[in-house]
Amino acid sequence: MNLELRRIQIRDVVFDDVNKIENNVLYLIKSSLIELIKEDKKIKEVDFDIAKPGQSVRILPVKDVIEPRAKLNGEIFPGIFKEHMEESGSGITYVLSGCAVVTTGPIVGFQEGLIDMEGPGAEYSIFSKLINIVMDITKENYVDHHEHEETVRIAGIKLAKFIGEIGLSCEAYEAETYEWKSIGEKYAEYPSLPKVVYVYNCMSQGLLHDTYFYGRDSKYIVPSLVTPLEVMDGAIVSGNCVSPGSKTTTYHHLNNAVVKELLNKHGKELNFMGIILNPLMITLKEKYRNCMMSLKYAKMLGAEGAIISQEGFGNPTTDLMVTCQYLEKAGIKTVIITNEDAGIDGMSESLPDSVTEAKAIVSTGNSNATIMLPKVDKIIGRLPEIAKTTGGNVESIQDDGRLLVEIHGIMGSHNLQGNTYLSAMTI
Amino acid sequence: MKKIVFYTNQFFGQIGGEDKAYTEPQFHEGAVGNAKAFDGKLDDAEIIATFICGDNYYVENMDAVKNFIKGQLKDIEFDFFIAGPAFNAGRFGIACGDVCKFIKEEYNVQAITGLYEENPAVEMYKKDIYILRVGKSAAGMRKAVDIMAEFTNKLQRGEKLGSPTEEQYYASGKRINVFKEKNGAERAVEMLLKRLNNEKYETELEISVYEKVEPAPPLKDLKSAKIALCTSGGIVPLGNPDHIPAATAKIYGMYDISQKDRLSEGEFESVHAGYDPVYANKDPNRVAPLDLLRKLSDEEVIGEVYPYLITTTGNSTSVADATRMGKEIAEKLSEDGVDGVILTST
Repeated sequence: MNLELRRIQIRDVVFDDVNKIENNVLYLIKSSLIELIKEDKKIKEVDFDIAKPGQSVRILPVKDVIEPRAKLNGEIFPGIFKEHMEESGSGITYVLSGCAVVTTGPIVGFQEGLIDMEGPGAEYSIFSKLINIVMDITKENYVDHHEHEETVRIAGIKLAKFIGEIGLSCEAYEAETYEWKSIGEKYAEYPSLPKVVYVYNCMSQGLLHDTYFYGRDSKYIVPSLVTPLEVMDGAIVSGNCVSPGSKTTTYHHLNNAVVKELLNKHGKELNFMGIILNPLMITLKEKYRNCMMSLKYAKMLGAEGAIISQEGFGNPTTDLMVTCQYLEKAGIKTVIITNEDAGIDGMSESLPDSVTEAKAIVSTGNSNATIMLPKVDKIIGRLPEIAKTTGGNVESIQDDGRLLVEIHGIMGSHNLQGNTYLSAMTI
Repeated sequence: MKKIVFYTNQFFGQIGGEDKAYTEPQFHEGAVGNAKAFDGKLDDAEIIATFICGDNYYVENMDAVKNFIKGQLKDIEFDFFIAGPAFNAGRFGIACGDVCKFIKEEYNVQAITGLYEENPAVEMYKKDIYILRVGKSAAGMRKAVDIMAEFTNKLQRGEKLGSPTEEQYYASGKRINVFKEKNGAERAVEMLLKRLNNEKYETELEISVYEKVEPAPPLKDLKSAKIALCTSGGIVPLGNPDHIPAATAKIYGMYDISQKDRLSEGEFESVHAGYDPVYANKDPNRVAPLDLLRKLSDEEVIGEVYPYLITTTGNSTSVADATRMGKEIAEKLSEDGVDGVILTST
């Protein structure tokens, strides 16, 4: 399987009267975007804005962030728009780097977060460094919670695909090529390198806690083998999951940091054998089954080492720990990536569950730590919603307009695929 | 020039040995006793005063000694406080830890000491103050003074501290956020490669092993038992009157349910951010089953239902906060003569 990613670096985004990319500037016709999104009759109103790094702008409540991508002669985000689908991960895919689609609007649930485009909050989010095309969606009154989530999710993906397709005629790209061979070929190719697998945990627990695999709810799959190339082509889409800081957005899935690093080292220091997509379920019975199956696949792939990335916290910590325990007991050396909930003062135990086998942990920071964010000139979305979101509360908005939040409230602050520089240490 | 105040005991203050352990606190201007060992080692700072106190006197009269110190320091401005080092000396170690903690809280200046790792005062005070890692006995004085002086200079310069191991102090156990040069995924792959190559690696989080909570023995007589309903599922009266946060709750609410047969839609709701609340909002009894408890009470399977629903959101709540809330709730329920609790999670 071969995939060519054609990366177009976007250095500015402007509304204009033509949809095009010229000199790395993305031009968009606002009315064409509105028309596209309003094809869905469940959407009452939609508006667009652009937020750029360095601007005194705060976006909230953010539901998802998606990188614009499109396939030449194929379909990006397979299974989302049509019943019929083709396996993704081969051919040519265009990527509009440096920009993203951000969905906002009235809150669906507590799991939506904020993005600051400058100031101390911007240091915590990879999205603060992107030019964000912000879509503010208001649903029709009759649309219920579950439909609301779906409507906003699909609108975001649709817009990312639409904008991605503007890139298809652009020639100013840099190409990266990826190759993914069969298990047997890999064994033969690098017999002396340690064989490594990636256990890719994804939330599968209901409204705002779901993941979509080829457009289908991951609650209804058992752990599955996927390729890194499928991931890059949008086989995995976020159901706007979990709390903002530990949410794996669709952007994170498309640019999975663990996949990227394992591919970097593949054939040099390790032999990357495959990815096991592991849905994090709500019942203990399902957790045990999925952990068992993840181990089974790891063994089938000949794993000597494994990385487990996490999504969410609390009950998913059990999935993380049990999988780690199973792998270690089978002699597979394992490193896990997790955040911590060590309390506002950092003095509490960090995780709600543990196994002694978890002896190699990468921490993406204490999500309970608080940060005072300065007042900004412009809010895109709705500031008062901070009272209801994870990381915020009724006392978050200060009299002088500043905002006191836990870093949990900042989108992607402690991303559990390790797509953040944040960590924690004991002093 | 920064001003430093010093504390030492009767032995290092050159008053005498164990026979002088009841010496009352004394105040001296300038550096006295082992404070002199810091001469020439402190950058742009001098020891302007020394307190000396007998070890027995200190530990038996802690408040009196601190009052004395407070009185003496009334008109003195100072920037830093050094006590000890006390090596493995138990009483002296406690005196150093206690006086440093007091100075830090009272005067808002840094106060440090140096102790041997087995000194019980390390565990008692490492959460409050910087305790430098020094040798077991006074034979290690020169090295201890070097470590403490260097650390003092670093803090005075306002320099960013390295890890506790690098700086040679006992970690307080506090987790602080830091930004690293490589992202988490890069660090994870690096750590895995080290493990696969049997090289030394360092985990970023030492795993804690938790105390196992033993299930309580069954109630002997259910028919006369008073049963309370308690949930970490975030079921609160509509509008969330106590503003219980959607995650990281540090509070719980108690709501009168004595007049209710069930928790009705539109009267109660879920404010928990960790699960899909749609079904709980439709029927809050799904999370906090008051309807079933009432049925059991009517059928005389249980004695009575405690009149309050106790609620918090168990979502990203730190173990420390959860433990504290659990204790508070248990005390309240014990006082009110509750025999058993149905505790639901989500």
